[in-house]
This record gives sequence, C-alpha cells and structure tokens, in this order.
Amino acid sequence: MNHELNAILAIAGRDVTKLLRDRTRIIFSFMFPLIFIGILGQSLQANVASSLGFNLLLFTFIGVTAQTLFQSSASGIISLVTDRDSDFAQEMFVAPISRYTIITGKILGESTVSFILVLSILILGLIMGIPIDWTRLILILPAGFLACLLGGAFGVLIMSNLSGVQSANQVFPFVIFPQFFLAGVFNPITHLPPLLFVLSRIAPMTYAVDFLRGLYYFGRPEYSLIVLHSPLVNLTIMSILFLLYLTAGTYLLNRNEKNR
Amino acid sequence: MSPIISVKNLKKRYRNSPAPSVDDISFSVKKGEFFSLLGPNGAGKTTTISILTTTLSKTSGDCFVADLDVTTQSASVRAKIGIIFQNPSLDKNLTAEENIRFHACLYGLFPYRPLYTQMSNDYKNQVKSLTEVIGLTATDLNKQVKDMSGGMKRKLEIVRSLMHKPEILFLDEPTSGLDPLSRKNLWDYLTHIRKNNGTTIFLTTHYLEEAEGCDNVCIINHGKIVAYGSPSAIKKQYTGHHTTLEQAYLKIIQETN
Repeated sequence: MNHELNAILAIAGRDVTKLLRDRTRIIFSFMFPLIFIGILGQSLQANVASSLGFNLLLFTFIGVTAQTLFQSSASGIISLVTDRDSDFAQEMFVAPISRYTIITGKILGESTVSFILVLSILILGLIMGIPIDWTRLILILPAGFLACLLGGAFGVLIMSNLSGVQSANQVFPFVIFPQFFLAGVFNPITHLPPLLFVLSRIAPMTYAVDFLRGLYYFGRPEYSLIVLHSPLVNLTIMSILFLLYLTAGTYLLNRNEKNR
Repeated sequence: MSPIISVKNLKKRYRNSPAPSVDDISFSVKKGEFFSLLGPNGAGKTTTISILTTTLSKTSGDCFVADLDVTTQSASVRAKIGIIFQNPSLDKNLTAEENIRFHACLYGLFPYRPLYTQMSNDYKNQVKSLTEVIGLTATDLNKQVKDMSGGMKRKLEIVRSLMHKPEILFLDEPTSGLDPLSRKNLWDYLTHIRKNNGTTIFLTTHYLEEAEGCDNVCIINHGKIVAYGSPSAIKKQYTGHHTTLEQAYLKIIQETN
C-alpha cells in the first residue's frame, strides 16, 4: 500500500477509535439535534409552517443533517490544536509524511466520525415520525461526504491561525454558530435584508446545507420555495472553497509550525 | 567518513525575539557516536534539536543529518531519525499498542488495520520483542496511556521510536520526571540498542551523570558553544581529572554567564 495512503488511513482510524471511546461526545451528538429538531423545529412547524407552504420539520431535519456533517468535520479538525497542546501533534509532524497527508487523514477521519454522529439524527427523525422519504435520504447521504470535506477544509483554515486550545474555544463558536442562522439550517433564508444576504452567501455552511436540500427536494413541488441554488452551482462553489481553504490552511499551518 | 550530523554556523532567531536563541554554532557527530548537548534552561538545546528534527526552520546556517539537508530534504531526514521529546507525545486516549501501531503505519512499516488482531505477524513479533527487552508486558500494551505511570510512558515512547530502526535517536531530556530505577532501566536499554544496532544517540539532559559516558559533549550557553570535547578532556581542561562532569559544567556556565 502507498505509504502516504497508509498514513492517511492510520490518522483517520485514530479519530474513529477515539470517538468510540468518547461517551460524552456520542451522548452530546443526540442533544443538539434534539434541541434543533425536537424543540425548535417542532415549535416553528406548529406556529409558522402553515404560511410557508412546506413542512418545516423536514426542512429543519435535512438542514441539521447537513450542518452536523459540516460542523463535526470542522470541529474535529480543530482537535489538531488539542493535539498540539498535548504534544501529540509532534508525533505526526516528525513522521516522514507530507503535511497534506496529515490534513487529509484528519479530514477523512472526522468525516467518518460525522457520519457516525449523523446516525443519531436519523434515529431521532425516525422516533419523531418526521415525514422523511428514506429512499431519497439514503441516496443523498453519500453527497453529504462533500459537506464533510468542506467543513474539514474550513476547519483547517481556522485552525491554522489558532495558537492554542483556549483561543480555539473562543474563536470556533464565533465562526460556527452564526452560520446556523446565516445558512438557514432551521430558518428559511430565501428573503434576507442586504447585510444578512451578503453574510449568508459568505458563510460556507450555506452551500453545504443548500446542496443537500437541493438534492433531497429535487423534482418535488416545494423545491423552488426552499432551495437557493441548483446542486450543480452549490457543488461548484463547494469545490472552489474546499481547494481554497485546504491549500491556504495547510500552507499557513506549515508556515506557523516551522517559522516560529 | 562524513559525519552523520553536521551543523555549520547555525543561527535561529524566533519571531519577535531581540536576540538569537542559537547563535552561530557549529559541531558534528560521527556515526554510532553517543553525543550530548548540554546547557542551562533557555540555552538553545531544544531549539537545536527541533531544527535537526525538521520541526523548526533555521534563520541561517547549514544542517545535514545522514547527508540530507534538513530544510530541503526534511521528509527523508524524518525517515532516518527517532525522537523522544521533552514532553511525552503519546495519545492518552489510545492504548499503548495503538500508539505503537499508529507510529508504525505513519512510517509505512506495516499496512494499517483498525484492530491489533488484523495486523501482520511481523508487526506483532516486532512489538513483542521490543516490549520484552524494555520490560513492558502484554497487559501493559492493552492499557490506555492515561492509566500508565510516567516511567512506563517513557518506555513506550522508546519502543515506539525504535520501531522504524532509526539511524539516529534524538533524546530531549528523556529521563526528566523519572524515578532513579526507571532512569537506570532506560539507560541500560539505550546502551543495549546502541551496542547492538550501532544507533547514534544525540542527547540533551540536565542530569550530568548521564552524559559522563558520552563520546563527546557540547556545552552551550546563551545560544553559543562554550565547551566541546570528550567528558574527560573537558574535565581535564576546567576542573582536573578527578572531578565530575557536573563540576566542570558548573564552572564553565559560571564563567560564561
């Protein structure tokens, strides 16, 4: 097996092993969807959905699925900061592999972790009786991997500029939480004031959420009410952002590690 | 024979730092040599090791490890060296064996498998023989690192660093925080691998008695080399034959402060 590929698998495997030992993270993976879909989604569905012309609970369900894939990958990459603080990162940085291998391994590992965490959302959707077209959902899940990749690359760019765990804890919520609303995870964003419109289109999570919704609602009557851009447009933007974030993030990470 | 480590006019100034941490130092280490870089805290030892192990860029100068340039051939350099860091660089949430497996796969020694049972017999045999020599049991290997003692963690790091049979082993204060018995065991083992494998050892330490057995010692202070030679030559020059390296070291540091 190719040396770099072998290293990617080892780095990714480590993240999965760590998740399976982290009960707190697994339990909390149920908590956020429960709040977003179970409480927020249900209350919006009961109060405002009738005027929208589509099922807001299902809208939120797909949004939270995309958001979880994006966010889990991004936050997982930030764990490299924890590795740096605990000195474990040195073990990777002195290995005879490229920095791109380390980053690719982390993105692959955290993407796998995200998919495991998304299972909790699917279980929640099943328990709550959300009117999900399971065939469509299962068909779009592989595309969710692209949301993970974008989240991972976004995480690399953020992490490359962080000095330690403390700054990560301060900065990460600041760059992620506003995106929940700007990306329209549980709120429709087809009509926004100019400033919010611009911010919404800058937020990378917007394209991940809209991409999955575009694929899920494709060919359904509510498609035009919900989806902002065609899946092809979203895919193109996501690909450009992925390459941009990954290249810039890895370059900055390498430079900041060596040029102290 | 060309030296296995060659440092010429090495200089390192950190960003936002008014003075260089390493200031125009030159030295070389022969293959199979037991070499020690000594100096007080902040003298530039860890900076030098970080540059030689390719994790830190230099400001100027030339550094070659195994005839490879540490700046332009860093990946090849990293394949030839093993490192035991000042602070343990183990993943506390993985077991001892998982840490070793992770290392072995990063170095491309064995194909990665998610479970130990799926790993090749060659891998299992190498882990077994290395751990037996250093006194780790099969039970120890299945322990999570967070449940291991400081001495056991150090042993694990040594086993891990030797998996890829490095030509040079960098030891950055490897015995700090260890009890005397653990220190002795560690040195017995390092002596054993040096004799058997001809591994070059590059050591930094604050325990001067550990450097008594070195072939050569380099003492740095304020980023500059203040003494270089065999321990006996340094003792003879500064404090006399029947003194310890520690006595000579203290005199040198006081004179150069």
